[in-house]
Amino acid sequence: MNLTLRIWRQKGPEDKGRMVTYPVNDVSPDMSFLEMLDVLNERLILDGEDPVAFDHDCREGICGMCGLMINGDAHGPQRGTTACQLHMRQFTDGETIDIEPWRASAFPVIKDLVVNRGAFDKIIAAGGYITAPTGSAPEAHSTPVAKANADAAFESAACIGCGACVAACPNGSGMLFTAAKLTQLSLLPQGQPERYTRVIGMVDAHDEAGFGGCTNAGECTVVCPKGIPLNTIGRLNRDYLAATTKGAGNTPGS
Amino acid sequence: MELFTEGDPIADTKAPAGPIEKRWETRRFEAKLVNPANRRKMTVIVVGTGLAGGSAAATLAEQGYHVKSYCYQDSPRRAHSIAAQGGINAAKNYRNDGDSVHRLFYDTVKGGDFRSRESNVHRLAEVSVNIIDQCVAQGVPFAREYGGLLDTRSFGGAQVQRTFYARGQTGQQLLLGAYQALERQIGLGNVEMNARHEMLELVIVDGKARGIVVRDLVTGEISTEMADAVVLASGGYGNVFYLSTNAKGCNVTATWRAHRKGAYFANPCYTQIHPTCIPVSGDHQSKLTLMSESLRNDGRVWVPKNKGDDRNPRDIPEDERDYYLERIYPSFGNLVPRDIASRAAKNVCDEGRGVGPTKLGVYLDFADAIDRLGRKAIEAKYGNLFEMYERITGEDPYEVPMRIYPAVHYTMGGLWVDYDLQSSIPGLFVIGEANFSDHGANRLGASALMQGLADGYFVLPTTIANYLASGPLDKVDASHPAAVEARTDVEDRIQRLLAVNGDRTVDSFHRELGQIMWEHCGMERSEAGLRKAIGEIRDLRDAFWQRVKVSGTGEELNQSLEKAGRVADFFELAELMCIDALHREESCGGHFRAEHQTPDGEAQRDDEKFAYVAAWEFTATGEPSVLHKEDLKFEYVHPTQRSYK
Repeated sequence: MNLTLRIWRQKGPEDKGRMVTYPVNDVSPDMSFLEMLDVLNERLILDGEDPVAFDHDCREGICGMCGLMINGDAHGPQRGTTACQLHMRQFTDGETIDIEPWRASAFPVIKDLVVNRGAFDKIIAAGGYITAPTGSAPEAHSTPVAKANADAAFESAACIGCGACVAACPNGSGMLFTAAKLTQLSLLPQGQPERYTRVIGMVDAHDEAGFGGCTNAGECTVVCPKGIPLNTIGRLNRDYLAATTKGAGNTPGS
Repeated sequence: MELFTEGDPIADTKAPAGPIEKRWETRRFEAKLVNPANRRKMTVIVVGTGLAGGSAAATLAEQGYHVKSYCYQDSPRRAHSIAAQGGINAAKNYRNDGDSVHRLFYDTVKGGDFRSRESNVHRLAEVSVNIIDQCVAQGVPFAREYGGLLDTRSFGGAQVQRTFYARGQTGQQLLLGAYQALERQIGLGNVEMNARHEMLELVIVDGKARGIVVRDLVTGEISTEMADAVVLASGGYGNVFYLSTNAKGCNVTATWRAHRKGAYFANPCYTQIHPTCIPVSGDHQSKLTLMSESLRNDGRVWVPKNKGDDRNPRDIPEDERDYYLERIYPSFGNLVPRDIASRAAKNVCDEGRGVGPTKLGVYLDFADAIDRLGRKAIEAKYGNLFEMYERITGEDPYEVPMRIYPAVHYTMGGLWVDYDLQSSIPGLFVIGEANFSDHGANRLGASALMQGLADGYFVLPTTIANYLASGPLDKVDASHPAAVEARTDVEDRIQRLLAVNGDRTVDSFHRELGQIMWEHCGMERSEAGLRKAIGEIRDLRDAFWQRVKVSGTGEELNQSLEKAGRVADFFELAELMCIDALHREESCGGHFRAEHQTPDGEAQRDDEKFAYVAAWEFTATGEPSVLHKEDLKFEYVHPTQRSYK
């Protein structure tokens, strides 16, 4: 099939940026979306033009490195699918496709479609872990975990940190990402000792990084390629409230 | 010209003597220690943030060392360990099904076709139980039974259920555990994290590894980073084949640059071709996707009995199907090790019984399992894998059997290391897939995650202390002549790549290299094919340096330049792989030489001549490498012809 691409080009952080139109012909429906961009880039290189920079790595939907706004949808039209797993059979011959980077003040553009998502790492560094230095662990079966809790923790842990939730949110909020990690760790017995300091640390880091607040728009969960549920944010709010109003985070014995 | 010369054998691997169960304990006791106050003054560089690198960086920082960590991705959480699906082995024997440290040790040595080191493998099996404890404490959400205890399943090459898993995302969950421990240390200021940085050279001062040269992939800035020791955890080199299940960025550059500086490269021809990948669909293909080996617990592999049977698979009656793994290997059935399953798939396709549009595919059929267990149970176990298959192929595996074909997946070869995981360059340690040590000629499923974490959490932090305790090393900085020279080399190479300005893209060369390797150094190798490949690789490498076109400059984010540097190193590695495969006149594990097979087509080892590790020393570009042999001694597992029948 033949397509018209309109792609965001931006040489660097200081450049204003613009949409540039490129025709791409003979696209096979079995190609992935990124393979279609590969074809364009091969042509641009041979023509002496700068190829389109975009992030990608595993190309099997798990590393979270790719992220494109495709026709205004984070990761494109297919639900539960990262851009690298999106295949061209989802598009029709003759279509015009807009391709843009994630747009959020906490994710500044580096070049073209590549953004800096380092703010996510800062949120994890501020508490998104269980303190368990190597060698200190008790025997794995010493603490059983109810299967329902283990399964729910797994569901939240499936987050790949791609940032689609932020890109889709009208406020540029990173709450779904933050809540997914908090939910995983707060559902497990191992996560209880740091439960309330964790939520304060992570939410503070989230706000400092320039993400917006959550207003329950719910766009995040719709575009999430791993289907992280919105109720994780409710859980975050409950823990945050408990931690801040009752001082559960810093009063011994509370 | 000779392809290689032979040098001195490797006499000592530093493994302690004595009963095998006591060796690791002995080593730990004999290893020198660094007192906590002195650790703060020591810097360790760790390249790569996968299971091995991430866990090592976090653990070293917990111990008090100053750690500098590097990865080419935008975050340490994205290293390719994240894509591992099926599980992690550990000898917990929670199933009471006869497992033990000794059985895991035995299965791994046998699975590796008697080409791994007994001492290392035993240590791996011992440490496996600590890994599960560590990961559970970190909050890794493993699958659990209704009673709240951990669930396990079977994997290829084992008759016990010792594989712990987190649905089809075990690698992701283990990696995030290590990543979170790493981020905690970053937050505490103990690790300096450098994402979007690529190591392009090793710095050696007075014979010891003392630093690396890195390129900032965003600004293009080249810098030299110095340390007391360097740890490479940069993964495998499967992308030499262009099409593989590796992430697109996976490359050999860090280990190859170390090899050129003197680190021996061991068994480069040992590559693992995974039997269950989604078949190639066309020339545009940029990577291949694995379908977890765990699927072989419930899926049955078959092809039509008759050549050219093009009927819809559901219309082919039972008695016209050949469940060839169950037929040839009745005791292991669909769960034979990967090398055996891959070659069997190749054989039935070579006979003309392959399926799908390209005829390079076999069925992996879940109809029986869905009848037996119900669709819900299959969804719970494999739901995400089935969805991934449908997204890629457009076919629903609940309704039609999956089509699968082997693809390059893992490389058992890597930089040579001794028992301490130290390379032939003092102060250069190599962990995870980047080293060669534990899997012999074939890795068993769910053992890569085990090895990565064993090396990073438990082995390296002990052994590197022994090295650092022998200091203090002289203070050196980036102005040392050796550091300046390394940096100049990097800058010159970048300028050379940019200056060619030819008429072919990097990818076009990489694809062609991959085709040569797949054809002649893939599932089946022969003398004639390998000799032909060596000639073709040399010609293509020459053409690359005359005709490659790299756009842009070195002073910016330039993905075409990044790829060009990696492919240039793949050319040199590819030649060494073929030479290694050519010199190893036997078949073992993933290395199958057409000339060396049993009457019924199984791999025929030659223990008299080839029970050794081939460790290659670099001399100069275009000059023959020097082969150093490390003899393998089997005191506990007697080599036999592997049989899974």
